[in-house]
Amino acid sequence: MQSRRDFLKTTGGLMLASGAGWHAGHASGADAVLGPAELPEGTLNASILEVLSGKVALIKKSWRPPNYETPVSYFNDVFTPNDAFFVRYHLSNIPEVAAATWRLKIGGEAVDKPLELSLENLQHDYEQVEIAAVNQCSGNRRGMFVPHVPGVEWGPGAMGNARWKGVRLKDVLTKAGLKKEALEIVFDGADSGVFLTTPDFVKSIPVWKAMDENTLIAWQMNGQPLPHWNGFPARIVVPGWTGTYWMKHITSINAVTKPFDGFWIKIAYRIPRGKFPIVDRFISQETDVNTPITEMVVNSLMTNVANGQTVAAGRPFEVKGIAWDGGYGISRVDVSQDGGQYWRSATLGQDYGRFSFRQWTYVANAAQPGPLVVMARASNRAGATQTFELIANPAGYHHNVVQRISLNAA
Amino acid sequence: MKIATILIALALAATTVIAAEQRIVLKEGPGRDKIEANCGSCHSLDYILTNSPFMTRPVWDAEVTKMIKAYGAPVTDADAKDIAEYLAKNYGPQP
Repeated sequence: MQSRRDFLKTTGGLMLASGAGWHAGHASGADAVLGPAELPEGTLNASILEVLSGKVALIKKSWRPPNYETPVSYFNDVFTPNDAFFVRYHLSNIPEVAAATWRLKIGGEAVDKPLELSLENLQHDYEQVEIAAVNQCSGNRRGMFVPHVPGVEWGPGAMGNARWKGVRLKDVLTKAGLKKEALEIVFDGADSGVFLTTPDFVKSIPVWKAMDENTLIAWQMNGQPLPHWNGFPARIVVPGWTGTYWMKHITSINAVTKPFDGFWIKIAYRIPRGKFPIVDRFISQETDVNTPITEMVVNSLMTNVANGQTVAAGRPFEVKGIAWDGGYGISRVDVSQDGGQYWRSATLGQDYGRFSFRQWTYVANAAQPGPLVVMARASNRAGATQTFELIANPAGYHHNVVQRISLNAA
Repeated sequence: MKIATILIALALAATTVIAAEQRIVLKEGPGRDKIEANCGSCHSLDYILTNSPFMTRPVWDAEVTKMIKAYGAPVTDADAKDIAEYLAKNYGPQP
């Protein structure tokens, strides 16, 4: 068995200090690549950098189903390269879909004219649109929940930003003759469980969100075909909403008149009601106590500084990062270099649209030698801002606690 | 052409991933064989390592029950008990 230490020994030269830590601690240098020090000890010990076909080395969380996280250094670019984009599956049967024989069926009781589309139909029969949007796992940063929440123990890299090109789901549903009684649109992909008794990964969204002009059936990502591990040949793109709805290897889209009652919508991917500053509701699936997760909460990540890093005292240094939210747009990012007492605005970078990562930079200056704690806090145009206290919830979703990075000026 | 290349690459990758997975060696102890036989049919066993060392016996019980009830894993009651016991003992919080 190759241990993490052996792996670091052989490839350590490739791993530069680029990880992020949330508290003062021991995560620095090569180790930080595998995630912040707050991750469970078992997670850090079992994590290795590993290459999936068509991918660069990513942080392996689990082999089967494959769950691989993007190292923080890749977020120094506003768009995440396809070969560094995170991989997340629930079920282990993941067929290799052949583009030539792939078909997408549009049906359900709430359409008049069911359709069957080939990849060529998708590429030529509908208007093509491209949108920059963040795809983030609902459980991104779950590994940093205290107390521990069982699941894939993600650090901060279960996310990515890409230009998604494809057709509007709305145009396809309209062509299929969507009826006014339609309540939800149900997505299924080609993957499945090992046993027939395992609930297939099927998701639904409210019809209003499906008819939003930004919701796509995408067949291209950053100008290239979708990588196998990100849903080849086509996936659903629901800008603003967490990745759970972005069905990969999409094979069927059904319009239904009753709330869909599959496990992955009825039981899984739920958050308590009233705890998060969320605008978008999924009313047909709400219960008295919980609701399906919908939009992402406002968040940010520092990308060019690592816990334990030394900076030169008396000289300015740049802190760089990204911010994103559920599609309202980032209004500001504030940075503190004294552990949260005094805050100043960062400079926002180019705007690629309200669903994209927004880069920001801040010029910090450690006047005196000694420790300093850098923090970043993003706010959005809906008036929401990042939290300082973790909002506990049973499945470990929506972690947007303000990050703290401890530096040393010398 | 591109597709053919991708398919070959994927076939190779699948083999590599399974080979890599064999590197996981759980701690020696009664119940380990039941974990390999039951849990390992649906997912790699690194899930156990990455979720340690936090989960007490009741939490592991709940997790095993979830795998059976929610995810439809065909595990007998006797095996489920042995599995949870092994996990709490070897991958739970140590006193």
